[in-house]
Formats: sequence, C-alpha cells, structure tokens
Amino acid sequence: MDTSRRSPKAGNHGPAGIPALELITFLLFLLFMFPFALVVLNSAKTSREIIFNAVAWPSQWRQLLVNVGLIFRNPTVDYLGAFVDSTVITALSLAVIILFSSMAAWILVRNRTAWSTALFMAFVAAMVIPFQVLMYPLVRWMRVMGDFAGIKLLGTVPGIVFAYLGFGAPLSIFVFHGFIKNIPYELEEAATIDGCGRARIFFEIVFPLLKPIIVTVMILNGIWIWNDYLLPLLVLGSNGVVQTIPIAVTAFAGAYLKQWDLILTSTLIAILPVVLLYLFAQRYIIKGMLEGSIK
Amino acid sequence: MRKKTLVNMLFLAPCVFAFVMIIIIPFFLGLYYSMTDWNGVNPDVAFVGLRNFKSLFSAPDFIYSFLATLGYTLINIVLVNVVSFILSLIVTSKIRFRNFFRAGFFVPYLIGGIVLGYIWQFILNSILVDLGEALSLEFLQSSFLSRSNSVIWAMSAVNTWQYAGYIMLIYIAAIQSIPASLMEAATVDGAGYLTRVFKILIPMMANAFTISLFLTLTTSFKQFDMNFTLTNGGPATRFLDQPVKASQLLAMNIFNTATANRMAEAQAKAVVLFVSLVVVALIQVSINKKKEVEM
Repeated sequence: MDTSRRSPKAGNHGPAGIPALELITFLLFLLFMFPFALVVLNSAKTSREIIFNAVAWPSQWRQLLVNVGLIFRNPTVDYLGAFVDSTVITALSLAVIILFSSMAAWILVRNRTAWSTALFMAFVAAMVIPFQVLMYPLVRWMRVMGDFAGIKLLGTVPGIVFAYLGFGAPLSIFVFHGFIKNIPYELEEAATIDGCGRARIFFEIVFPLLKPIIVTVMILNGIWIWNDYLLPLLVLGSNGVVQTIPIAVTAFAGAYLKQWDLILTSTLIAILPVVLLYLFAQRYIIKGMLEGSIK
Repeated sequence: MRKKTLVNMLFLAPCVFAFVMIIIIPFFLGLYYSMTDWNGVNPDVAFVGLRNFKSLFSAPDFIYSFLATLGYTLINIVLVNVVSFILSLIVTSKIRFRNFFRAGFFVPYLIGGIVLGYIWQFILNSILVDLGEALSLEFLQSSFLSRSNSVIWAMSAVNTWQYAGYIMLIYIAAIQSIPASLMEAATVDGAGYLTRVFKILIPMMANAFTISLFLTLTTSFKQFDMNFTLTNGGPATRFLDQPVKASQLLAMNIFNTATANRMAEAQAKAVVLFVSLVVVALIQVSINKKKEVEM
C-alpha cells in the first residue's frame, strides 16, 4: 500500500493503494471492451471457424474483407443504402432541430409572458411521455396529415425528419433555454438601438454565441437518432425504400439466423463510424453528454 | 411592435407546429384510441369506454410483463448505480491513465440497443456455453438467456454494461464539484477512505443520485431495443397457469400486441405504462429529494 502519493488535488479524492487499483481498473476496462474484441475477431472468421472456436485468433484476416464484401453485396438487405439514408436522416434532423429549437428557445427567453412560460412548461412536461403512448397514433395521424397536405410523410426522409424535429425539440429547447438565459441582454439591446431587426439580431449576434451548446445538442440528439429503431421502423417500414442502419441490422439477422460471421460483421459496420467519431471528438462528446444529463 | 410579434410567431412556428403534430395530437389520440375498438384494419373506430383496461388486469401475460418490468427496473437501479458510482470513484482517483479508462467505460453507451443485443446474444448463447463445456462447468452449459429464472438478470447485466459509463459521467461531475479542502480536512482528522466516501462524498452529491436514479428508472421502464434483439421475449414460462414469455417487458408486450393487430389493447397498455412510469418516477424523486434535505 502506497499512502504517500495521496496528496490531494482539486477533484481527486482517491483511495490509497494505487498500483493495485490500477490493475483492478485495467481488468474492469478489459471487461468493458471484450465484447468489441469478440466482434472484431469473429468478423474475420467463417461461420464454421466460429462454431469450432469463437475465442480463437482468426486464421486469416482477409476473411474480414470477404465478410464485409458479402454484406455490402447482399441481395436482400441494401446495407450501403441504409448507411447513406441513416447519414442523411441524422444530418438533416440535427440541422432542423438545432436551427428551429434555438430560434424558439431565444424567443421564449427574451419574451417573458404568461404565454411563453406556459409554452415552455408544455415542452418540458412532454419529455416524460413515453414513446410507446405516441407511436401507433402517430403513424395513423401522419397518414392523415400527409393526405391532407398532399405530401407523403410515411416512408420518406422529409416525414421522418419532421417527426425527429417534434421529438427532439423539447429537450433541445430546454438545453438552449438554459444557455441563452446567461447571455447578457445588453448585446442585443445595443443592436436594437442601432436599428437592427429582430431576425438579424438572432442570426448575426445570438446564433454565433451558441456554438458550444450547439455541439451539446448535436451529440445528445445525434447518438439517439443514429441508433433509434422504433420510429424508423414505424415511419419507414421494415422493407421500405428508405432504410436506416438499425433496421438493416435486424433485417440481416432475421434473414441469416445464427450465421454469426455475417451478423457480427454487420454489427461491426454499424458500430465503426460511431466509435471512430468518438475517438476524434471524445472530449466534446463526454462534455456534451454531461451538460445534457445534468439539465 | 406588431412586426416584433410577427417575428416572434415565425421563430416559434416550426417547433410549435412539429411539437403539436408529432407529440400533442398523437398523445390525445392515443388516450382516445385506448378506449376504442381500434384494430388497425377497420378505418372506423368506435368508443368502448374502459373495456380495454378492465381486461388488462386479468390477463396473465400483461401482469407478468408489468411485474417483470418492475423487477428489471429495480435490479438496474441498484446494479447500474453501484457500478457507475464505483467507476466514478476510480477515475477521479490518482491512478495513471484515468482519462483513458473514463473514455473507455463510456464507449458501450454509444452503441444502440439493437446492435448490442445481437452482440450479447452471441456472447451469452455461444461464447459462455462453449466456455462452460470446455471447463465442464455445469451452470454455464445452458445459456442464461434460455432459463426463465436468469434471463432478466442477464438483461440487467447487459444494460449495466451499456449505461454504467454514462451514469458514471454524472457522478464524476458531482465528485469534482466537491471542494478538495473538505476531503483534506477529513483526512487530517483521521477519517479513513470509506468513512470519507460515506460521510462526506455521498451526502454532498445527493442531487446527482436523484438524477441518476431517475434516468436509470425511466430508461429501464421503457426498455425495448435490447430486449427485442437479445431475447425477443423468450424463453417460455408459466405464470398464473398461463404460458407467458419470461423476458417480455412492458414495451415489448405493447409492440407484440400491436403487431397482432390488437391496436386498442396495445394503446391501453401504453397508457398504463405511461401512468405507472409517472407514478413510480414521482415516488422516486420525492424520496430522493427528502433525502437531499436530510443530508
């Protein structure tokens, strides 16, 4: 036990016995990581190799490319298409959520009336409604809305992006609201005196100041939308024209029951972009998740 | 002045419109449909009063799902928070590579429930069973997912693996906001490590526990994705002399009911999920808030 190193520093209140703790932490770390290691190892094996020994080192890593090729060229599930659609849906949803939620939050902060308070409370209260209560009426209602407006909302990218705006707005407005409250009003006042219009004040003065919180809102919504399953399943359908990665993975696993070589390779392809993004933006992601969860 | 009001309306319009169309209207439609004979096929629905609710509480599969969800939630609240609290203590100590470990523990949270369900199905059904046979350990030779008395625990373990790194972040923030001088003073006074954790750290971060327990409770209660791909409700078991699915949680029960075109019944179950979630969450928060005041 090494107690001499216990010199306290801000934020560190650790126990004694550092080397032993380091070892335990490392073992815990391995425990958290081994599922990923198994996915990588077995994505480089044939089905027979996996059955023979699932924890062995793959006999040849070239098999990984073979498996990836099998998935991308698969006739039943358009994996590449799902990848593109997932990216487009996530990007567009984030764009509309960030733009429209920040606009709404700014108005709600700067115009304190009974109406705006009530509206804000409605957004906050709606966050407790479980998706399960909304999902089936929503599909029926989206059909009615689409017929009325003459736009196809079910099975299309605009339809699901619109739905994500509705589901993403409450939390995003809440997070933006908390941030905008702390921006000094004097900045905007000075611009008003100079004859600057309301819309220009927002886009030229306020919006650029929101950069750090935009990153937070992007991460909070991005992880959720990228991984979401039920909403795309209901709005896009399990074999519609537009697909997302989680739907493609389930379609794949359903079509190739217990063929772990292909299923695990498909999960590897689904995981990879998120993990790569995390490696590069780790600091922002951890900070963003923290800010979002505490509020 | 009138122009200002117009700009306000325009800025609020996109979010309010999406919010009303995607959440508010489907919510009230959902309440209404739970009291109809909606079957998803017939376009006309008729009001039937509380009939759907009455039959729910005499249906063994629903009661079982309800109790299983409560049990699953309770296990998660304990497991996730104990593990994540320990992790947060570890990565705020003085060990080397603590930021690296912290980043690693968070990775599982990035993976969607659908994808990690398949990965863990592979681990629990193949890897562990192989291991049990290789080492001739009897308790491993049949999968934890195929036994009705262990399947909920297996799901909780997977859920803990996924969520602990996220909840850990909340505890880290709380620990780091506690002044180091306080812990130093206690150390000087001769308080051991565990005394400091239980007498100073935990009481001072009571608010973080309220948030973390709330998040664990609500996410567990609504669990669907991982349930769907890890077990799909199985294995079969008996409850009140009726065959039921041992790991079919509430959200999946709703999904399966709707898939069988019993839409109104599914909607009634969703309303019960909503009401009980609100009740349970209110109880949890009020207990935690009371504790916060006492501490």
